[in-house]
Amino acid sequence: MVPVLLIVIPLLSGLAGWFIKGEGAARTWSLLSSLATLAVSVYALTLSKDNPALHADVEWIPALGSRFSVGLDGMGRILTLLTALGYPLILIGTWRDSYRKAPNFHALMLLMQAGLMGVFVSMDALLFYFFWELALVPAYFLGSQWGGERRIQATFKFFLYTFIGSLLMLVGIIWLYYHTPDHSFSLNSFYALRSKIANDDQVWLFWVFFIAFAIKMPIWPLHTWQPDMYEQAPTAVTMVLSGIMVKMGLFGIIRWLAPVLPTGFWAWGDTASALCIIGMIYASLVAIRQDDLKRLVAYSSIAHMGLMCLAIFATTSTGMQGVMIQMFNHGINIIGLWIVVDLIERQFHTRKISELGGLAQKAPGLAILLVIVALANVALPLTNAFVGEFLLFSGVYSSMATRYNVLFTVVAGLSIILSAVYTLNMIQRVFYGNVNRLTEKARDIRLNEKVILATIVVIIVVIGVYPKPVLDLTKDTVEAVITKMIYKQ
Amino acid sequence: MNSMIHLVWLVPILPLAGFLLNGLLRNYLSKSLSGTIGCLTLLGSFVVSVLLFLDVKQPGFEPTVISFFDFISVGELHIPFAFQVDQLSVLFLLIITGVGFLIHLYSTSYMHDEEPPHFARYFSYLNLFVFSMLLLVLGANYVILFIGWEGVGLCSYLLIGYWFKNIEYGNAAKKAFIMNRIGDLGFLIAIFMLIQQFGTVSFDTVFSKAHGAPVHVLTAITLLLFVGATGKSAQIPLYTWLPDAMAGPTPVSALIHAATMVTAGIYMIARSNILYTLTPVTLTVVAIIGLATALLAATIALKQNDIKKVLAYSTVSQLGYMFLGLGAGAFTGSVFHVMTHAFFKALLFLGAGSVIHALGSEQDIRKMGGLWRRLPITHITFLLACFAIAGIPPFSGFFSKDEILAAAYGMHPALYVVGVLTALMTAYYMFRLYSMTFLGKFRGTPEQEHHLHESPAAMTIPLIILAILATAGGFLGIPEAFAKDSHWLAHFLAPVFEGSVSLHAGAERTTETPELLLMGISVAVALIGTIWAWLRFSRKPELGEPSGFGKLLANKWYVDELYDAVIVRPLNAVAKFFSGWFEKSVIDWIVNGVGKLTLYGSRQIRLLQSGQVGGYVLLMVVGILILFLVELFVKK
Repeated sequence: MVPVLLIVIPLLSGLAGWFIKGEGAARTWSLLSSLATLAVSVYALTLSKDNPALHADVEWIPALGSRFSVGLDGMGRILTLLTALGYPLILIGTWRDSYRKAPNFHALMLLMQAGLMGVFVSMDALLFYFFWELALVPAYFLGSQWGGERRIQATFKFFLYTFIGSLLMLVGIIWLYYHTPDHSFSLNSFYALRSKIANDDQVWLFWVFFIAFAIKMPIWPLHTWQPDMYEQAPTAVTMVLSGIMVKMGLFGIIRWLAPVLPTGFWAWGDTASALCIIGMIYASLVAIRQDDLKRLVAYSSIAHMGLMCLAIFATTSTGMQGVMIQMFNHGINIIGLWIVVDLIERQFHTRKISELGGLAQKAPGLAILLVIVALANVALPLTNAFVGEFLLFSGVYSSMATRYNVLFTVVAGLSIILSAVYTLNMIQRVFYGNVNRLTEKARDIRLNEKVILATIVVIIVVIGVYPKPVLDLTKDTVEAVITKMIYKQ
Repeated sequence: MNSMIHLVWLVPILPLAGFLLNGLLRNYLSKSLSGTIGCLTLLGSFVVSVLLFLDVKQPGFEPTVISFFDFISVGELHIPFAFQVDQLSVLFLLIITGVGFLIHLYSTSYMHDEEPPHFARYFSYLNLFVFSMLLLVLGANYVILFIGWEGVGLCSYLLIGYWFKNIEYGNAAKKAFIMNRIGDLGFLIAIFMLIQQFGTVSFDTVFSKAHGAPVHVLTAITLLLFVGATGKSAQIPLYTWLPDAMAGPTPVSALIHAATMVTAGIYMIARSNILYTLTPVTLTVVAIIGLATALLAATIALKQNDIKKVLAYSTVSQLGYMFLGLGAGAFTGSVFHVMTHAFFKALLFLGAGSVIHALGSEQDIRKMGGLWRRLPITHITFLLACFAIAGIPPFSGFFSKDEILAAAYGMHPALYVVGVLTALMTAYYMFRLYSMTFLGKFRGTPEQEHHLHESPAAMTIPLIILAILATAGGFLGIPEAFAKDSHWLAHFLAPVFEGSVSLHAGAERTTETPELLLMGISVAVALIGTIWAWLRFSRKPELGEPSGFGKLLANKWYVDELYDAVIVRPLNAVAKFFSGWFEKSVIDWIVNGVGKLTLYGSRQIRLLQSGQVGGYVLLMVVGILILFLVELFVKK
């Protein structure tokens, strides 16, 4: 019942939101809905993992062998929690942003949330695909209708990429579907297939799925939609895309690719890992040169996502555990960064680092909160991201799936240094130094933003000091997935 | 077992509480209250440390590990949040909290011109710094140590860039953090190797299993840990951040150079002494890098004119000695030197701060001179510190430095020769500094001269206490050559290093060290350097710009420029190439090519973007329905 609620609440409130009049009402409605979802999601955490309330399975399209089968394992719970928690953070954090046709905006945002929830709980491939599209389609409209100057180009690029990805994935799903003995889309039928698919087929099927998921994360060189889209989309949408939606790619690999095609996954492991690492270093270097705050965060995110993807290919439980916790951490932290960017943009009407400076004098509260979030971005110990990065790198280093584990760790490790370079550059040029004409009238952070950023900081520190509950939550998924992944090696 | 041990958590918690109080309430606290919070929390830590020390000192004390909770627990890997209380950690606790407290006390007066919120911010950073360092030395495994390790890196970043309006200072802060991060990567990889080799990062397990590990693995681990140490403890090649770190307020320099941060590398290697003793290759590398750093930094210090820069390079050089000692297996000697160095270097920096304070922020020793008359306490204490660092008996530095040099001789006489040469330079540049600052005639402006004053008691009391320690601290380690069982520190620390000592015991000493002779030579050398510089610079201060070889030294061998040309600029060029050209012209070009191929399709899609959201949703639903129909059709 719980996963159904997680989908239905945003879905229905999103549809109903269409008929609301006025921005304030739409915003409030949206917030209420997201808080209700959050309550359900938190409730799910209190249930033991065998509780039947975490699963639902009813007839959907019997003719196709597709069922409305949803369930929450550890990974599902942590990602739905991220989605459920991310939305109120985003809504309150951007409370002062105003939108044309606000009710439609908020309605689409909620529909997108329903789609995201669906993706994370689906235990049926067709259902998964359906929700995947349900999450993406609102994003197109949100980008093209409410975005910045170059929104059409950016959204089109985004559309083109994800459309191609989705198409490939659909082909893959249908292929697998036809090879299931019982013609079923269910996850378990797909898992049962993994020993039956010939190696030759696994080898090409891998790319069909991997490209779809790689676009989403994104993995180099399929990343160029992302900085444009993040830059052009309204910040609230960017937050959803970067904080939550990119996790669909990682999630897809862990749930639908690696356990289903273990041989293909293993065969291409080094190639894909190399792409991840190239992307990490490349994106970190590009981030050093960015003058636009949004683009800087975008490239930084590409680097972080690359590391998580790399750790999946390492096929170790340490690394996989790192992916689980880091998916959550990355989402929370990047939302924090975007809130600061949004605040700066709203106040100064620019995101150009070169035009800012000296903000720490005028807005010390903002500076402190940003510094903490930025330190999490560079994975300083006692922030949540350190726990994640430690496990991720440790997993990559101890990988038995590749002969190049040491090389991979060292080269990928360079991103630890580079992330300090671009993050500290950004802090220094935006917050330190002297004020200029633009920033001398800056005002400090206001209550709603302060509350949200402080919440994020608390999450950062609590998980950074005591990550055990989060790690324990996803243990079941990690064990199950790793067992399936090393099936044929 | 005494219950005091179980209160060890109080030691780091108190500064952490001070950090939180000052940090969160900075807008509401008065300056005196902020300062009081900052000092009292540290004083509390010091008192607890002393009590711990009294416990640890008891005969029959066993090292105790106290676990608080599971920090990371994944599969087979368990990393507890645990502290280790033993002789080594308690000794460091005393140094950190004791010297740290004096620096805090001094700061209440030194920083009195700051506005209240910044004053509180300053003290909160100081407390956080001490907290991180305490975590570092208390951690019972490499991960907790690493938390403190990166924590002190962060705090140095915050404090070096404390005056954040100044871009130069900000750059220095950034440089410190990034150079430390380079070392930290090495440290981190070493941790992963430890996990793979031993399945744990806890000191006790790792050290007890170390004998069974393959030497090449241990060598890699110890070398990587040492890479981390070169960053944190400013050794070749990662030392250039430390002199730049002078941008921070002077008491911060004292904290970084004496009580915290730079001694972390020494602590870590002393803690891991068994791993290092098992890997002779690494020991040789450590000794050579240490000695090379000691020499290089000493040459640079000869020609610096900024009072803090001279002291900064002297720190780099003294740290080099400590690594030389570690490399030569003199773990006690190195820790001893950490302690005496903490006394005299804190004293030198705080004394320099007193001078800078009196002169209204003047740091150029060419514009000082003759200060002994007007700053009597500062002068005397500074002089005592100079004797200590120069290695003149019976001041503290003599004993510890001598122990290291004797060990270096035991390793190879050439190491000793270079070490003594460096000692000569040390005495020379320190007394050049002393003479130009305190002797001769005052060379500043008349206005400065008018304002010259001795510092208030909050600043002079720490100077006096440190002067006593710097003078007498050496008696904790009187060489056994003088009297049997006279080296108290060696006995105290013996349990920590006994594993390494017993390993060494097997390999008999090749040469009998002529200890008294060596001692005589180093004393003679120190006296020569001292007198030479004293005579030369008290009469005729060096005021002009250096030329020739001196210019090379004054410009620090152009190492910064070299790094800039070899690393920073190429990196920037690559970044520019990627972001400016590659991203747009190659990757996007390919994508756009794909886009053009689907031109027809894309036009259709653009037509659909009518702006009517309702229409879109309709299309979406229709699309999904079509999908289902198609699949139904395909299936039948």
